[in-house]
Amino acid sequence: MIRLLSTLLIGVSSGAIYSLMALALVLVWRSTRVVNFAQAGQAILSTYIGYEVLTHVNNFWIALLVATIAGACVGALVDVLLIRRLARVSGASANVRPVIATLGLLGLISSGVGLIWGNDLKRIATPVGTHGYTFGHTTIPFSPFNLLIVATAALVMAIFALIFQRTNLGLALRASAFAPETARLAGVRVDRTRTIGWAFAGAAGAVAGLMITPQSALAPNSMDLLLVLGFVAAVIGGLDSLIGAGIGGLILGIGLALILEYVSTSLAFPAAFIVLIIVLLIRPQGLLGKLRGRDV
Amino acid sequence: MYKAIVILRKRPTIFILAGLFFYLLSDHVDELRNFQGATAAVYLVAIASIVLLTGYSGQISLGHGAIMAVGGYAAVLSQKYWHFNLLLTFVAAVLAAAIFGAILGFAAARLSGPYLAGTTLALAVGLPSLADQFHFLGGEQGLAYNVPQPPMSLGADFTQYHWFFWITGSAALLMIWLTQNILGSRYGRQWRAMRSNPTAAALAGIHVGCSKVLAFTLSSGIAGLAGALMVLTLNLVTPSAFPLSLSFTIVTGAVLAGVGNLRGSIIGAVVLVAIPELSDSLATKLGGAERVSANLPGLITAVLLILTVLFFPEGPLRKRVKKTT
Amino acid sequence: MSGLVVKELNVSHGAVEAIRGLSFTVAPGSLTAIIGANGAGKTTLLRALSGLKKAQSGSAFWNELSLLGAKPEGLVRAGVVHVADGKSVIPEFTVEENLDLGGLWRSDKKDVVLAKTEILQLFPALATRLKQHAATLSGGERQMVAIGRALMSRPKLLLLDEPSLGLAPKVIASIFDSLNELRKEFGLTIVLVEQNAVSALRVADNGVVINLGELVTAGPASQILADPALRAAYLGV
Repeated sequence: MIRLLSTLLIGVSSGAIYSLMALALVLVWRSTRVVNFAQAGQAILSTYIGYEVLTHVNNFWIALLVATIAGACVGALVDVLLIRRLARVSGASANVRPVIATLGLLGLISSGVGLIWGNDLKRIATPVGTHGYTFGHTTIPFSPFNLLIVATAALVMAIFALIFQRTNLGLALRASAFAPETARLAGVRVDRTRTIGWAFAGAAGAVAGLMITPQSALAPNSMDLLLVLGFVAAVIGGLDSLIGAGIGGLILGIGLALILEYVSTSLAFPAAFIVLIIVLLIRPQGLLGKLRGRDV
Repeated sequence: MYKAIVILRKRPTIFILAGLFFYLLSDHVDELRNFQGATAAVYLVAIASIVLLTGYSGQISLGHGAIMAVGGYAAVLSQKYWHFNLLLTFVAAVLAAAIFGAILGFAAARLSGPYLAGTTLALAVGLPSLADQFHFLGGEQGLAYNVPQPPMSLGADFTQYHWFFWITGSAALLMIWLTQNILGSRYGRQWRAMRSNPTAAALAGIHVGCSKVLAFTLSSGIAGLAGALMVLTLNLVTPSAFPLSLSFTIVTGAVLAGVGNLRGSIIGAVVLVAIPELSDSLATKLGGAERVSANLPGLITAVLLILTVLFFPEGPLRKRVKKTT
Repeated sequence: MSGLVVKELNVSHGAVEAIRGLSFTVAPGSLTAIIGANGAGKTTLLRALSGLKKAQSGSAFWNELSLLGAKPEGLVRAGVVHVADGKSVIPEFTVEENLDLGGLWRSDKKDVVLAKTEILQLFPALATRLKQHAATLSGGERQMVAIGRALMSRPKLLLLDEPSLGLAPKVIASIFDSLNELRKEFGLTIVLVEQNAVSALRVADNGVVINLGELVTAGPASQILADPALRAAYLGV
């Protein structure tokens, strides 16, 4: 029983991080209909910036704040410099091209980060304890830091859900994504709004990056895996849905934790693939995604 | 009903000529170049598989590295347990990968753009690590692949790498010729129609689902051969030979080549091999710091990719069509 | 106040010329109907005037403002609003969200609330359906939402693209009446592109007849309605 509970808790904690990355991917997808593989690159860059801040000011929270702002700025820059230019092109490869561009950008940022900071592993200290909570004689593998992760992810998702559903900005963001031409005719500055969407995504990715690093290590490609898992989580939840990102992350986190604990340790990645395939076979658009009608 | 036979219409002349040219060239270059040539041949086949799948049938795969792994493992396993000779291991690789691709293709046909990308991405990460799990697959160290020595008739100082280049080069040229025929056939035309307007294609009688699965199957078979050829150059198959970055590299090569253009594949393959070489010499000129030499190849590749996508959307070989708007 | 002045407008879709040498004037405060058969270039004209489509040459001015080459978002802020047909209502949004979309850019939030109230008075059917998803509305109701959204911007020039498309005659009549009311109450200038030529001309002050991208004639609506040759050729009557 304790074993099951512990496993579930671990799953929730790692799932929370996948949710954050998934959230970033969904934010970009909803505002631009592009899968942003460079999200990992943006997150890594923001995390390195946070690391740099930490070496000067030994305060995790300040580093987190700076990294989040940096993430937002980088996201906005990517949109303005790269994506807007690609959006103007049309043709048979119009949808594939931004995806390839973001792949290229991922490589660019990873190499760039390696050039600046080196490829050696760096560590970030956790701001709160990593020893599991103890009840009587049993210690569960869920620590204050895990709790912080889950709380942060939940908070970020709640903030975004509020922004999207209750504010004018959210309305503009949704309109710019669903019906950009209509939004333009209604006076919405669609390009500017999209950039804000990218900034939000960059911020979410930065939080994910800084949250996952203390328990592992920081290297130029340490977030590639997070990207894949975040993407899988986003796809499971349905790329159109912010809530789906949360649910998808949770399902993936718990599913992986269960398989890792009860089946085998080295089956983690194949397991992710299997979970994904099963979900997509039943619902090709993800759990909460919408099947857009075909434009004839 | 479908006529299953693709008429081999494209003349092999230019391939034979190219083959001859490269073989003559290989006599006069050193071991490193021969190895690079062999690697280029591997990339050539791999890129061709993407050209078929993405350039023609419009399906995106970020996991072709995993499919190459299937081919590679099939080649080694068939040699180890069934004692297949070299040629038969290649056949095994192609068949195994094609069957895998067919199954994957059935799932993929229902998925659109990003969902397909995500699935193949998960595959790229998930599949190679399966080898760790099962002992007969060799685990992390992998399994050895025996390449027979070059026949005595070629002379005593005909080296192993030279031999690799001949084998991979021939296989690559043959496969490219076959692929060119496939792409020029009615199936190629169907894929092209499907890619630009699936609704119209369906209305014109093309069975879109079947066509997609066929593309995936053939593309996987081709990638399987690439995997076998790669294993040949390494004399070894391990999970670490097929990392996620391999899948990205192949797609990059295809984009640099012009994803709808088979002829560009040669350029793509050469570029992929040339970049590490060039950046090594560039890095030494820049002082040779470890962080520079480790990251420069990736940087150059990435910049090339972004520039290509921004300024040469259809690939550098396509003539720029004058816009008349 | 010179109204809408279009001179020698040329717009092409690739190699195909959709509008050729088109010139006409719309007096401020008037309701002008632009009519012509399908494919005559009417929608292209509106899209060129509202910044969605680039014109090849010519000029189009609304008072002193040049419409060509401007961004749609910018024109909205200058009081020029293009209402594409009822399909431009976003089905995933509620009626209220669709309306609010029109007022998002405005800084005068009090006036936005006032505008919304006025619109709901003009179209009472919408008042009861504010929280409904637009996908569940009838064609006529959607058209009301589209017009309502445009009105949230307090436009001076309203470009309407075939508002009667797919609507029953009674609904069409009611919408055209509302348009007239709007014009009188808010001093709007309205350009009405319509296939339903007769209904449009009956409510309009002036008419502009287009065929194959070129001007056929322009003048008072009553004159066009009365001309038997025009009636036969373009009005289908």
